[in-house]
Amino acid sequence: MTEEREITTEDGEALEPTAPRAMHSTPGMEFAGIGYESPFPSGTPEGGDVQAISSGWRLTVREFMSNKLAVIALVLLVAMILFCFLGPVFYHSDQTAANPLNSTLAPGNGHLLGTDESGFDEFGRIMLGGQAAFEIGAFASIVAIVIGTLYGAVSGLLGGFVDGLMMRFVDVLLSIPFLLIVLVLATKYNGTVVDISLILGVFSWLAPARLVRGEVLTLRTRDFVLAAQTMGSSRARLIYRHLIPNAMSVTIVNVTFLIADSILYLALLGYLGFGLQFPNTSWGDMLGNAQQYVQNGEWWLVYPVGGCLVAVVLCCNLIGDALRDAVDVRLRRR
Amino acid sequence: MTGYIVRRLGVAVIVVIGVAAITFAILHYLSPTPAYAVLGTKARPAAIKAWDKQNGYDRSELAQFLSYLGGIVHGNFGYSYKLNQTVSALFKENAGRSAYLSGAALVLSLIIAVPLGIAQAVKRNSPGDYAATTINFTLYSMPSFFLGLILIQVFALDLNIFPPGVSDTVTSTWGAITHPEQLCLPIVTLALLNVASYSRYMRSSALDELAQDYIRLARAKGLSERVVLTRHLLRNACLPVITLVGLSIPYLVAGNLLIEVLFNYPGLGLLFYDALGNEDYNVMLAYTLLGALLTVLGNLFADVAIAAADPRVRLD
Repeated sequence: MTEEREITTEDGEALEPTAPRAMHSTPGMEFAGIGYESPFPSGTPEGGDVQAISSGWRLTVREFMSNKLAVIALVLLVAMILFCFLGPVFYHSDQTAANPLNSTLAPGNGHLLGTDESGFDEFGRIMLGGQAAFEIGAFASIVAIVIGTLYGAVSGLLGGFVDGLMMRFVDVLLSIPFLLIVLVLATKYNGTVVDISLILGVFSWLAPARLVRGEVLTLRTRDFVLAAQTMGSSRARLIYRHLIPNAMSVTIVNVTFLIADSILYLALLGYLGFGLQFPNTSWGDMLGNAQQYVQNGEWWLVYPVGGCLVAVVLCCNLIGDALRDAVDVRLRRR
Repeated sequence: MTGYIVRRLGVAVIVVIGVAAITFAILHYLSPTPAYAVLGTKARPAAIKAWDKQNGYDRSELAQFLSYLGGIVHGNFGYSYKLNQTVSALFKENAGRSAYLSGAALVLSLIIAVPLGIAQAVKRNSPGDYAATTINFTLYSMPSFFLGLILIQVFALDLNIFPPGVSDTVTSTWGAITHPEQLCLPIVTLALLNVASYSRYMRSSALDELAQDYIRLARAKGLSERVVLTRHLLRNACLPVITLVGLSIPYLVAGNLLIEVLFNYPGLGLLFYDALGNEDYNVMLAYTLLGALLTVLGNLFADVAIAAADPRVRLD
């Protein structure tokens, strides 16, 4: 916690992050930092500020909790996760043996939401698809955050020519349309959860990298970083102990959007037929298969799945927005 | 300004070459030679080798990449061995239809989103504003194909107003333009998704501008509300949306992919989708490059258009 304590001893001069190519960043993910010039000279006594830190995070939580919509979204999201992972314990359905005799049964008669074209119970299948969505959403965003944070921190810390070079590389990668390159790779991979997460994660670390770099650029001129440098801490220690923990708030906000995007892209892949392989399934696969059955009025194959997909992505986006506002408030008060 | 554009174009060329190198490397890694596609999977190794030598696939990767770049300069994007046509001929044939779909969707979404955003800002926190915000946020979180499926269900199958897919008779760009009923659903689907993000930004930027002094002055000197909104507010509030339009050009292309697959509309997206199934790598490479080019040009367009619309912005 030392470095976090120091953040407040240093009366926050959260400089406007220099984001020279801000045009590139996805709209809606703008930097959480705000131009804020503290009127006080830096170097407040140490003691009083330990409190300020905990209240800093508490402020974020309080701010988030005061956003009713976001709290509802959070509850709904947790409920969805529990439904997908614990649901199969209470609602048994065979999701491995196809049974053509039972195909496209209407809801009722032991199948809460009917069955799909291969005779799988649709309600149980939604749980299965949801598991894949949450696993891939979480795993892909972890991959993206780890790569992005390290890359951004190193680039921001080294600065100068190396920084320019590393960021130009990010610019080039950002110019490759994400969906297209993922689809190109999708022609060759075996649709397992790990494969798809890696592919999605390896191409979505760019936004976090830029955010973290921006944050590190403002952090590295701060006194506590200079102090650490003066005391002879190594670059690695500087990055792991001082820069990354302090850039975390930006990253956490970004994670929720990354999860939403990964779930959405998983659905797109599945819909186009490059999703998970049997016996796994994703909501996108289910929608893609259901497309031809819509015309027969078999609504249960489309709307429950699609509704779950939209609800989960919507919840993630709402939570992300609220978190960004909450962190914003914290930074303002810093 | 001209100097700025020239410099940015120079950077754009470098970026596109970088993208070409990365994409080329990935595709080369996935499939070093199309020989198996041409000669069949059971072709003898000697025959494969001979074919590689004949078509230059035995050279080093760097040499192949450089000759590919050289070809691009001359407008030669390689050959589609699956479709037995040059990629540039295929693109020339399909680009018009895709551009029409994207362009119409873009225009339609701006026509809806700009007034909607301003109306929401003027009547902020009214039931109408909340309703529009809710719909926008839901659309924003919706995959394009799911929205398309719903629209097909409602307007094609239930109400029977539009056909559920684009019919095979639409073969040319002109055919697409003269059969608006065929393309209504695809264009509306694509447009609605853009409306979701544009009107959000339009609303928040109009809210900011409405609080400015120049709006108060315009009202104080007795201008009608209509003139205040159309002559004073509109131009200033549109600035973020101009940037957004520039940035969303590549998304419009990727969005096209799904819409074209869903409605079976023969454009570049469907061409790319078929290429994925056929492992037709030259088409994939060219389409990805096109997407990258549009991204870079979209960014440039956004910067230049902002400077043109807002004299306070100076580019140099």
